[in-house]
Amino acid sequence: MKTDALTSKQKKELRRILIAGILFAGLLIADHVSGTGRWGMFALFLIPYLIVGLPVLRSAVLGIGHGQIFDESFLMSLATIGAFAVGENAEAVAVMLFYQVGEFFQSYAVGKSRRSISALMELAPEYANVENAEGTLEQVDPDEVEQGTLLVILPGEKIPIDGIVEEGESLVSTAAMTGEPVPCGVHPGSEVISGCVNGEGTLRVRTTKLYEDSTVARVLDLVENAAAKKSKTESFITRFAKYYTPVVVIGALILAVVPPLFLGGWGGWILRACTFLVISCPCALVISVPLSFFGGIGAASKKGILVKGSNYLELLTEVGTVVTDKTGTLTRGVFEVQELRPAEYPVSDCVSGGSGNGSAEERAARLLQAAAAAEQLSTHPIALSIREAFEKQYPHHSLPKLTRAENHSGQGIEAYAEGTCILAGNAGLMQRFGVSYKEAEDPAATVVYVADKEESIEEQSGAGRPEYRYLGALLISDEIKPEAGEAVASMHRNGIDVVMLTGDRKEAAEAVAGKLGIKQVKAELLPIDKVEAVEQLLAAENRADKLIFVGDGINDAPVLARADVGIAMGSLGSDAAIEAADVVIMDDDLRKIPLAVRIAKKTMRIARQNIVFALGVKILILILGAFGLANMWAAVFADVGVAVIAILNAMRTLRADSATAERR
Amino acid sequence: MRKKYVLTDLCCANCALKIEEGIKKLPGVNDVSVSFITSKMILDAEDGRFDEIFDEAVKIVKKVEPDCEVLKK
Repeated sequence: MKTDALTSKQKKELRRILIAGILFAGLLIADHVSGTGRWGMFALFLIPYLIVGLPVLRSAVLGIGHGQIFDESFLMSLATIGAFAVGENAEAVAVMLFYQVGEFFQSYAVGKSRRSISALMELAPEYANVENAEGTLEQVDPDEVEQGTLLVILPGEKIPIDGIVEEGESLVSTAAMTGEPVPCGVHPGSEVISGCVNGEGTLRVRTTKLYEDSTVARVLDLVENAAAKKSKTESFITRFAKYYTPVVVIGALILAVVPPLFLGGWGGWILRACTFLVISCPCALVISVPLSFFGGIGAASKKGILVKGSNYLELLTEVGTVVTDKTGTLTRGVFEVQELRPAEYPVSDCVSGGSGNGSAEERAARLLQAAAAAEQLSTHPIALSIREAFEKQYPHHSLPKLTRAENHSGQGIEAYAEGTCILAGNAGLMQRFGVSYKEAEDPAATVVYVADKEESIEEQSGAGRPEYRYLGALLISDEIKPEAGEAVASMHRNGIDVVMLTGDRKEAAEAVAGKLGIKQVKAELLPIDKVEAVEQLLAAENRADKLIFVGDGINDAPVLARADVGIAMGSLGSDAAIEAADVVIMDDDLRKIPLAVRIAKKTMRIARQNIVFALGVKILILILGAFGLANMWAAVFADVGVAVIAILNAMRTLRADSATAERR
Repeated sequence: MRKKYVLTDLCCANCALKIEEGIKKLPGVNDVSVSFITSKMILDAEDGRFDEIFDEAVKIVKKVEPDCEVLKK
């Protein structure tokens, strides 16, 4: 044990313990050899007793003054004085000595756990760099920075306040906030989130919030306040602690008075009563159970999972059903062109870019270019996805200029660009213009059919309806998150049912569910229907286990609130989600859901171990003590020894990594 | 109004519990949480009488743990 890790108070305690211990050892030897009288020995033993026990006695006296009779110091003083009274001088000193040794270890262990917990929360920025008039940097308290201030963030520094990059490029590590190890690139215009650590480049960031509204401040606040929402287990311990001490003290009183009335031998019975008093403090339980939960919450937050209270951690262990939203939760929530299906057509018919030889690749390029050209002016997500796909695949190509575009509502677009007329839309649009198209079969995707013809032909031929040439189809869908399958499988393995709710079309929903192995799907739901669906599941009979709802937090606040545990995903920086959810997963990783359950289970396991262990030892020593089989030394172990062991056990919850590995 | 305080030299979890129970019973206190682990007290009390309630709360802290100091964060 390194002494420099001790506080000055602890050092003082340690000195007292050592001096008293040496004196006590000397006295024990002297007691055997010399024949000093009873009072003489008492006086001698009183010296180490007072050295080590004076703070306890003082606190006991102050306690009585304030009417705190069930105070630990008071009970300990009473027990040791009782031992002196019946002539057990050595016992009295030993109990006080070992009590103080135990307290010392307890305070050391608590201090250590406090430090490891606060190390987890070392997200809080200590300063912000503001450039002053002379162009030099000044470090100021983040609390004092006004909104819209330009901050300078040097390489390796923490971003103190949420803002937008105005100058500089860098890689920013979000690991502390999301648990995501891959740093993310930022450049002028990027939003940066407080609590993240800047990489190699210097950034100038215009703050968009006050420190107290910034992500890091909100996250810290949330984790600190999590302790206030107590789990059932903690409340049980709290209630238990209230009755435990008085009951044991009354037991001691009865033990000291009643049996000797019939059996005699006051000294022995009083000593047994003193043993009771030593065990009467419920500290081991009262510290270790909340500490276990706190450690669990800390471990989760290290992995980018914010749990808003111990109660939610407890509920997570009882989860039987996970109800999840589709768009934005299981899928990316962004439309993407998944597939191009160019049609076969005679090369000679080439209208645009006539020099092509008609290879499949060229036909695909033409299909995408025509679709992108037609959708140039639209802001619909589907149109955006088509233009993005074109820009990504052919970054050096430009689109023909659009001269006129007509929107056929609910069907698609008829567009005129540089002498070509392009149709882009659904099957209805193709039928309307008499295009012979090939039905694309993919229930999960939105299909955009594309056809074109030369504009001049129409004008020249007048009455004759020129043939549209069918170019092919684009399959556009929302991409399933790569880790979704693994996350769903992991939940299934852990005996958790997964139910998908979505507002999307039935076919699309079922296709996604099929790919992920989700068996229960409810599609075409309005937001209000989702609440109803969750309520139906909640009302299902024989439901002992709990229901989680997972959403992206954007418009599912009512459902998040209605579920036993509401989990918001990927909502770093989204205030609404942090407000509405009980658990916030900072990044987008679905695998964090089963991970959160595993951390919760581990935490509960440790909390239960502590309860059983601490209570078990105490009750055992109480019983043995009542029969005179356990002495006061054993009682001291049952009090402080158990507390230290329980604290050390509780600290295991902090190590999230062992919970990361899945138990099979 | 809700304010955070640091409690120094809280020596035992049971005492933290007793402080919490005691302050909770004060009139005007909406909510209070005393965490032994973080050594922090979060006091939520009526706006108008906050200072008065805070003084009462400190008295309770002193009663349970005479050595404990309440510091503003």
